[in-house]
Amino acid sequence: MNFAAVFAIYRYEMMRFFRTLLQSFISPVISTSLYFVVFGTAIGSRIQEVDGISYGAFIVPGLIMLSVIMQSISNASFAIYFPKFIGTIYELLSAPVNFLEIVLGYVGAAATKSLFIGLVILGTASIFVDLQIAHPFAMIAFLVLTCVSFALMGFIIGIWAGNFEQLQLVPLLIVTPLVFLGGSFYSISMLPPVWQTITMFNPVVYLISGFRWAFFDMADVPIGMSLLAIAAFTGLCMAIVWWIFRTGWRIRA
Amino acid sequence: MAPILRINDLRKTYKGGFEALKGVTLDIEEGEILALLGPNGAGKTTLISTICGITVPTSGTAVVAGHDTVIDYRKARDLIGLVPQEINLEPFETVWNTVRLTRGLFGKRRDDALLEKILRRLSLWDKKSSRIKELSGGMKRRVLIAKALSHEPRVLFLDEPTAGVDVELRKDMWEIVADLKADGVTIILTTHYIEEAEAISDRVGVIDDGQLLLLEEKEHLMARMGKKHLHIDLREPLSAIPPGLSDHDLRLEDDGCTLIYTYDTKKDRTGITTLLSALAAEGIILRDLSTRQSSLEEIFVGLVKEGAA
Ligand SMILES: Nc1ncnc2c1ncn2[C@@H]1O[C@H](COP(=O)(O)OP(=O)(O)OP(=O)(O)O)[C@@H](O)[C@H]1O
Ligand SMILES: [Mg+2]
Repeated sequence: MNFAAVFAIYRYEMMRFFRTLLQSFISPVISTSLYFVVFGTAIGSRIQEVDGISYGAFIVPGLIMLSVIMQSISNASFAIYFPKFIGTIYELLSAPVNFLEIVLGYVGAAATKSLFIGLVILGTASIFVDLQIAHPFAMIAFLVLTCVSFALMGFIIGIWAGNFEQLQLVPLLIVTPLVFLGGSFYSISMLPPVWQTITMFNPVVYLISGFRWAFFDMADVPIGMSLLAIAAFTGLCMAIVWWIFRTGWRIRA
Repeated sequence: MAPILRINDLRKTYKGGFEALKGVTLDIEEGEILALLGPNGAGKTTLISTICGITVPTSGTAVVAGHDTVIDYRKARDLIGLVPQEINLEPFETVWNTVRLTRGLFGKRRDDALLEKILRRLSLWDKKSSRIKELSGGMKRRVLIAKALSHEPRVLFLDEPTAGVDVELRKDMWEIVADLKADGVTIILTTHYIEEAEAISDRVGVIDDGQLLLLEEKEHLMARMGKKHLHIDLREPLSAIPPGLSDHDLRLEDDGCTLIYTYDTKKDRTGITTLLSALAAEGIILRDLSTRQSSLEEIFVGLVKEGAA
């Protein structure tokens, strides 16, 4: 393993992030505050509690997941698409690195950034609502796993994308609906029975449910199922990355 | 000593089915400078890309200091520095960061003193904190070179290092190349400027249509292939070439004061004797004679035409 190369990529990517640290910090703070104003205040005045938890607190795990998933995908997909686009990818291809090292560097940096944003949102949220976290370690583990797996997915999208439109396509058409319909802002039990069944095919439901369990010790689906789902998703992404690595798909002509 | 780079029957067919390399075989000795010449689309960049790992060869091998560039790619690439033809740099990044990134990618320990030395030698030290987009085209090209040198390669590929670079900077670049050679770095460069190949290379390869048409010591090449020109200074100027001399390949220059006879040194009969008797028969009186060697450029143009015919 060329760890120096992994670190060089990681460091280079993180420096870009640090240069715009203030932006990276302020935008999640503002958007989270907006969510609380809109959802917490407007809807929260009608729905006081979900399963005995105040609505404001109830949406926090979903809110974090929503941002973290979108951020992981966009960070990682852009990070690897950009060198392809401007041609600096030559440097990765001609360096003594293998694909695994490239993935570690880029995915590691993208996951770190979205983890940071997730924590900023958590901090902002705790200003608005009274939060207690039932399983802090599980919460962090879930968060990290989500950051990593969706950064992997973003990496795959970035490799696949042939233009900027394609780069936006998957997040916009697939991920956003899945996340919004994944129970970020409501409990699955609030849906009509038919929709409850359909929702069970949405993988994001398992993530958000598991994450919510880490906060409130209660979940829409059993925690074991959630763990299985995130593990399966991470495994799938890794398998695709491995296949890309084997074939040089979309990277080496 | 074994050659530092052995290329054996290297072929590359691009996805669309286009065969850009049609079996190139080439040995390069350690410490030499090889210039690759060839028209646009000849396959020069493809050859470099295939060796450096940008593309995968369809068949054939390239071996650097005993390491196959595909099988043993880590050890092979460790030794190779690449300066691409296109200026591929991230516009918002600083010179220092981008050079440091390359060194890191090659798994080398951080060495600020070395990077400083490289940047100074390329006259980029005072630009080290500038963003790439704030640099001129020639500076950007030197940044690419600095990046390639940052990991101390033993073999350096320069793909048209002086394209779009002014005359002075080009001379600078030649000096840098000479310095590197003095350090023992093997250099393979492509160029469209014949005078560049002539000025800095030890050997010259000519590529066209994916094939290596020719590979020769520069001196041999010029001596073997060269046309020579016999300059005949006349005592009295001529207004035109006399009809009696029309069989000879003659040109009139210097307001009719010099006749230039072009001949092929490879031929048994250069035709000089007959020309001189013909001149005497015309009653033309000579003042002086001298011969000149044709440049690589003329050789090169001749070769490509021959290949096309
Ligand atoms: N990625 C690619 N896919 C398909 N064909 C390609 C690709 N890259 C190059 N070619 C083709 O291969 C041939 C050789 O191209 P190459 O870039 O190696 O030429 P070159 O000798 O470097 O030319 P130049 O002097 O213009 O840089 C050209 O016909 C080109 O169109
Ligand atoms: Mg080229």
